Amino acid sequence: MTATDPPAGEITLGARRNRYLLDRERVLGPALMAPAIVYLLLVVAYPLVLAFVYAFSDVTTGSQSLHFTGFKTFIAAVDDPVFLTTLRNTFVITATSQVLVVVLSTVLAFVLTAKFRGRWFVRFLILMPWTTPVALSAVIWLWMLDSIFSPFDWFAQLLGVVPPGGHVVFLGQSGLAMGSVIALQTWRILPLATVILMAGLSAIPADISDAAEVDGAGFWRRLFGITLPLLSPVITVALLFGIVFTFTDMAVVYILTGGGPGNATQVLSSWAFYKGINGGNLGVGAADALIMFPVLLGLAAIMLRMASRAEVS
Amino acid sequence: MAAAQARTVRGRIAVYLLAFVFAVFCGFPFLWAALTMFRQDSDLYVTTHNPFVFAKPATFGHVTDLLRNTPYLTFIANNIVIGLATVVITLALSLPAAYALARLSGRWGEKVGIGIFVTYLVPPTLLFLPLSRLITTIGLQDSIWSLVVVYPGFTIPLSTWLLMGFLRSIPRDIEEQAQVDGYSRIGAVVRTVFPLALPGIFTVVVFTFTLTMQDFIYALAFVSSSSSMTVSVGVPTVLIRGDVFYWQSLMASAVIVAVPVALLYNVFLGRFIRGFTMGAVKG
Amino acid sequence: MAVVETRSLRKKFGATPAVDGIDLVTGEGEYLVLLGPSGCGKTTLLRLIAGLEQPSEGDILIGGQVVTRLPPRARQIAMVFQSYALYPHKTVSANISFPLAAAGVPREQRPEMVRWAASRLGIDHLLDRRPRQLSGGERQRVALARALVREPQVFLLDEPLSNLDAKLRSSARDELKEFQQRVGVTTIYVTHDQVEAMGLGDRIAVLNEGRIQQIGTPDEIYHQPANTFVATFVGSPPMNLLTRDGKLLGFRPEEFLPVAAAGERPGQVTFDFAVTRVENLGSDRYVYGHLPDVDAEAKVIAKLPSTVATPVTVGDRVPFAVNGADLRYFDQKSGARAAAGNATVTP
Repeated sequence: MTATDPPAGEITLGARRNRYLLDRERVLGPALMAPAIVYLLLVVAYPLVLAFVYAFSDVTTGSQSLHFTGFKTFIAAVDDPVFLTTLRNTFVITATSQVLVVVLSTVLAFVLTAKFRGRWFVRFLILMPWTTPVALSAVIWLWMLDSIFSPFDWFAQLLGVVPPGGHVVFLGQSGLAMGSVIALQTWRILPLATVILMAGLSAIPADISDAAEVDGAGFWRRLFGITLPLLSPVITVALLFGIVFTFTDMAVVYILTGGGPGNATQVLSSWAFYKGINGGNLGVGAADALIMFPVLLGLAAIMLRMASRAEVS
Repeated sequence: MAAAQARTVRGRIAVYLLAFVFAVFCGFPFLWAALTMFRQDSDLYVTTHNPFVFAKPATFGHVTDLLRNTPYLTFIANNIVIGLATVVITLALSLPAAYALARLSGRWGEKVGIGIFVTYLVPPTLLFLPLSRLITTIGLQDSIWSLVVVYPGFTIPLSTWLLMGFLRSIPRDIEEQAQVDGYSRIGAVVRTVFPLALPGIFTVVVFTFTLTMQDFIYALAFVSSSSSMTVSVGVPTVLIRGDVFYWQSLMASAVIVAVPVALLYNVFLGRFIRGFTMGAVKG
Repeated sequence: MAVVETRSLRKKFGATPAVDGIDLVTGEGEYLVLLGPSGCGKTTLLRLIAGLEQPSEGDILIGGQVVTRLPPRARQIAMVFQSYALYPHKTVSANISFPLAAAGVPREQRPEMVRWAASRLGIDHLLDRRPRQLSGGERQRVALARALVREPQVFLLDEPLSNLDAKLRSSARDELKEFQQRVGVTTIYVTHDQVEAMGLGDRIAVLNEGRIQQIGTPDEIYHQPANTFVATFVGSPPMNLLTRDGKLLGFRPEEFLPVAAAGERPGQVTFDFAVTRVENLGSDRYVYGHLPDVDAEAKVIAKLPSTVATPVTVGDRVPFAVNGADLRYFDQKSGARAAAGNATVTP
């Protein structure tokens, strides 16, 4: 030790056992996670279990008690003449819109990755369908597709599709109404898928396509032979998210078409809402909603498998 | 690779053209709404002329009508209260959990993390019926607090994932150094990790807040009086009064919310993406 | 200053032991280097001593007190990480006073102690800067000042020189050694660089596969290796090892000189060296080849200083010699050091 001693300042060695309980990882880890897990159990897991219970019972909003009725409620739900339409619509809307989303978002992801003037503003516009709350977007589309005052009437007249002064009843004809719902779903999911794909694109090292260019591969060959295959896991992720969000959405149908005309555009979620809240039949409503469950489980399983495979890389 | 394609003249034309088409596709409804909200009635409910041109001067009347004569501002106030309260609850629960997952997890930790994230995929349409009954049981029906209780159910999984990603990017060394320097584990984290994680935490706050504005089904199911409604529910129900639709005010109500939220997202987009992808990479 | 002791220390990650039964006692005020290849357990051992990991078995004592179950903050140690782990959001001065705040030292006393530590490291002028404004060498000094300010019983350093430019490394090494000698605190230093180890350590503990292969002074490690691992890990190029008469025979490349240059030395042993390659590196010449009369397969390297001008060409068979006293024998199976045995070495 040298002659220059440090100024005074005491530091002592302490050693009581329980003082250090929270330093131990085994205790600290679960302790920190517990509140969040408990909350999710209460607000997500418990209601989920209840949904199953309702679907197998005769509970209504008025009833004080519930009785187990086995599969009767499910049968009642499925027997309803509207049910099959609902089921079919849900799949058609989801499948059609998401196929469109995949194709369009892939193109758009490439476009937005390139540098060009005004890119920030374009990105701003592209994001709006996703960032705007669904209900408000649906209200905007409701006006935009109005049977009398829609701007598309004007375009349609210009193109000669309808006679001058004629109107396209977007939401009043079952075919057009379905098309409108599909269009709105595509429109609002497109930004999300695009963002996911852009993140995936940026993760592809530039060397790979540079090397291909040096090797003589042209634009299209590079695109289809290298970039798209490398991008396919990300495309799958975007597709899965889009499917989940479209499959379970009720706001679009509820606001845009109310399920109509008739029940032509009804989907499982909106139908469950009508039955459960408007109709007061919680059991049937829950049963209708639960029909979606196997599909969702399947999707979740696929995503989990992809996640564990992705961790490896 | 896309940058390369933009180098050729054909490439650049293609890029600009496509960008334009997509921008129009995505933005047109909002353009239409924005045009509508400033039109006088006699200019709007007419089908004879080009709908993109103002035949009569634009007016703010409908916007002021919206703000003064409808519960719209109440809806917005409700959204703000609900959003902030949800953010507080969410941060309080997901920040510790995210730290535990980022630092303290072993095998089982990963599984728990994925488990938490998967709860986000449980759709509101499955839960809203049992939840509405539960809400009634605890006496919160028709109150904005019913939403404050339920929203963390989907904001917690997402913000945990995001925070996990942000926390992972902070080097472990610094925490360990603080422990060696004399702090307990918690003390070390509070003094070193949190200050460095503030930008990430802020991003999560913004993200969670905007997420609470998106919900429709819970708000519709739990709340019936207009004084407790949120914008998402109030606009399509209360503002659409009977069969008389005041379209200009309606469009204004949508645009007033849509633009700031989109701006916020645009500013934070880079950070969101980083947080999500970092959550997916092994720490 | 205090003595660090580990008793039968074991740490398993899953099934594999990273540290596999280590008994270690440092001297007071000693500079002990833990040397080994990556994955040998040296960093794990350091972290166990620091309290950042809990051992699966065994005990750790600091200054005679058992600290095995205590967290880092209770052990009165200071640690410098490879990255220096400076708090990026604090100034240099705040970095240094951080441990004082943790220990509850009254606010009024802190600035003086910070200034004291900073002046001993020569960084007084940097106190208001932030880490990102500092060079690598300056950061190291800040980390050391922070370590010093609480007057710990033990310094633990985890490869603090590996982040520095090669040029900076030797001057930083110099500063480190001088600093430790001034302060006199028991220091445990981890590195994979044997040149660093030889230059810095009072004693070196060579580790491999979680076990101590040998502890000794640099001289002992170099000239009396306890097994083939130590013999080949320390020294560049590594010790030559050949199989002969059921044993392993070893000698260092710089001890193997052409007979013409070595002159006549008593006890000298000569071998025919079949040369396959010569590298001229300026200060030394490396001659590669093998000894056909002893072991046809073993590669042998000779390190000739530039002062030895004997011409050596590829394809030649040149007689080279090594002092008998410089020959080392190892057991062929275990690699452990063995006696010369009754094998008389014939020229």
